Amino acid sequence: MSLQTDKRDFSERTTDGLGDSFMRNAVGSAQDSLKTRRLSAATALGDWEQWRTAGQQIRQHTLQNLDYYLEQLAGNIEKKGGHIYFAATKEEASSYIRDVIVQKQAKKIVKSKSMVTEEIELNHVLIEAGCELIETDLGEYILQMDDWDPPSHIVAPALHKDRRQIQRVFTEKLDYTDDESPEKLARFARKVLRQKFLEAEVGITGCNFAVANLGAINLVTNEGNGDLTAAIPKTHIAVMGMERIVPTLAEMEVLDNLLCRSAVGQKLTSYITVMGPSAAGDTDGPEEFHLVVVDNGRSDILGSEFNEALQCIRCGACLNVCPVYRHIGGHAYGSIYPGPIGAVITPLLGGYDDYKELPFASSLCAACTDVCPVRIPLHEQLILHRQNIVKENRTGSMERFQMKAAGRLLSSPALFGKTLRFAHPASRLMSRHGRIVRGPELIHGWIGARDLSQPVKQQDSFRAWLDKRKGESGQ
Amino acid sequence: MKVSIFSTCLVDLMTPKVGIAMVEVLERLGCEIDYPASQVCCGQPTYNSGYLEDSKLAMKNMILAFERSDYVVAPSGSCIAMFHEYPKIFKGDPDWELKAITLKEKSYEFTQFIVKVLGITDVGASLEGNATYHRSCHMTRLLGEKETPFQLLEHVKGLHMEPLKNSDNCCGFGGTFSVKMPDISEQMVDEKSSCIIDTGADILISADMGCLLNIGGRLSRKGESVKIMHIAEVLNHQNPVITKGGSQS
Repeated sequence: MSLQTDKRDFSERTTDGLGDSFMRNAVGSAQDSLKTRRLSAATALGDWEQWRTAGQQIRQHTLQNLDYYLEQLAGNIEKKGGHIYFAATKEEASSYIRDVIVQKQAKKIVKSKSMVTEEIELNHVLIEAGCELIETDLGEYILQMDDWDPPSHIVAPALHKDRRQIQRVFTEKLDYTDDESPEKLARFARKVLRQKFLEAEVGITGCNFAVANLGAINLVTNEGNGDLTAAIPKTHIAVMGMERIVPTLAEMEVLDNLLCRSAVGQKLTSYITVMGPSAAGDTDGPEEFHLVVVDNGRSDILGSEFNEALQCIRCGACLNVCPVYRHIGGHAYGSIYPGPIGAVITPLLGGYDDYKELPFASSLCAACTDVCPVRIPLHEQLILHRQNIVKENRTGSMERFQMKAAGRLLSSPALFGKTLRFAHPASRLMSRHGRIVRGPELIHGWIGARDLSQPVKQQDSFRAWLDKRKGESGQ
Repeated sequence: MKVSIFSTCLVDLMTPKVGIAMVEVLERLGCEIDYPASQVCCGQPTYNSGYLEDSKLAMKNMILAFERSDYVVAPSGSCIAMFHEYPKIFKGDPDWELKAITLKEKSYEFTQFIVKVLGITDVGASLEGNATYHRSCHMTRLLGEKETPFQLLEHVKGLHMEPLKNSDNCCGFGGTFSVKMPDISEQMVDEKSSCIIDTGADILISADMGCLLNIGGRLSRKGESVKIMHIAEVLNHQNPVITKGGSQS
């Protein structure tokens, strides 16, 4: 999978999403139950707003001193005998990983869930190189078995599938014969995956946070698959986005608290692990450790007007409250990063040519901004994108004309006065029984689903009422 | 106390009764009403669409229109939230930044003004009926005003409030969003309408006409008889009888 998951037009993808009642039911009920769980987990921590502020400060401090912490991290990893590689592009990142694997003549690879490996198209590169690769996160495994169906959520990649669809995938692809109970499906997958862990030569994981002063990485998972992926095979390769770093365990603790509560409404996930190169004398763990630090456009965002987007800790809370995501689902975004944060970072990583609609796929209700545990002003970043898209003349000429006209009208008391006078008579041709029934495209979007009354007659307007009153009182 | 009314372009064009109700309530509470006639619109439609420079023209017009006002009060949390964004938008502009801050500091949404400036929670209104309330996103999240409408509604005699499921979900209006992405907006307003119908309420109240035109338009299209009332109309209401689908007596 690359950043782009679907090359069709945004409108086609949206139509698919809106027409998929299975997906919409699954997403709607997931959102509703996650909301309650997130709120109670957040409240249990005490003053949640202060925790958010702490999270924001940690992320901003780290980004301001990113060069320092990355250097410290690299030094500590190498000191412990690990390898660290800085990849400027996605190609550099995936080639490095392929080369490590080819050099070892390894074929069997297990992977834990990692969005950044999707971003660098790692699966594709490794399969081309002849590797047998298995995703071990249950959600990702289901998607892989369903012919690499794209993820639709950054935390729960198979959120768009219900248990019956999962049963169908397992039955068709894996000769599963039991019913659709989640326990049976999970037990079946676990049996298959346990064998894969034992056979694997290389394990590839993501990295929730790298801990700079320890030369270690922090993994946050619920299934334990990440730990098995890192611990059993002889070689562990971890991949991280360049910005996913904390100075020490103290900051990691704050961010893990925010992450678990925001992502799944848990105080902690089942497994929170800190790992890295094995120390001398360790009797278990991998013999070889590589950390691949992926830039792939992040340095361009750093210090730009979109800098705050790099604060993201990939908790997915903004997806879980987004009313647009609720109805169109993750696939409609056409990116491995969907939802509000996806609409902000996808155009930054992939450009406006392919993604200029995403920043407009929001009613700017700010539910995302309100829920973000590290206070990214997501809806404001969407407006910034819109401003850039307008500046680059990427909106339609009709829209530009209408907006320029609106700008003049809304700043001119004289023009607006004329509009108030003529709006009612002008709307008469478009109306029947006091309701507007036809009109230009803009109005059409509205009256397709809703009734719209005619504007008021000038003599009935608020301003006329005020004037009349003034006359009566003799002022 | 002299209060300058910012009527908002939607009230000017579509729903004068909301402006009238607001003036009558404020006068009853002892305010002297002022109406700067050069006001037009806060600039939100173009600003949210990404047309920053075109929006600044509208914003500057508003800053000038209310330059001499002591208080600016509007029947819309969303438009006042836009005023509150002006200082950010004009940051670093030597001619406008200070004026933008001054406007922000004296601007209030209608219910916010009554509770927080006048210190009143009972305006003496009475309205017999079962109602539910739609929180507008911009009022609750951008302006940060969650409580004042409820504090006032609590004291309306005869009014029973029904809780609304998923009340923090957007109704799908979003200004130009509703016409730029009509298919998505339709699904959002449809779900909102269903939640409102499920409450069994006869009246839908809100403090923003944008949301009310959106939800009301959808309810009407679906043939539902839920009555739409701006909170200013509720607070101005003195006659106790209202029936589903009927007009107030």
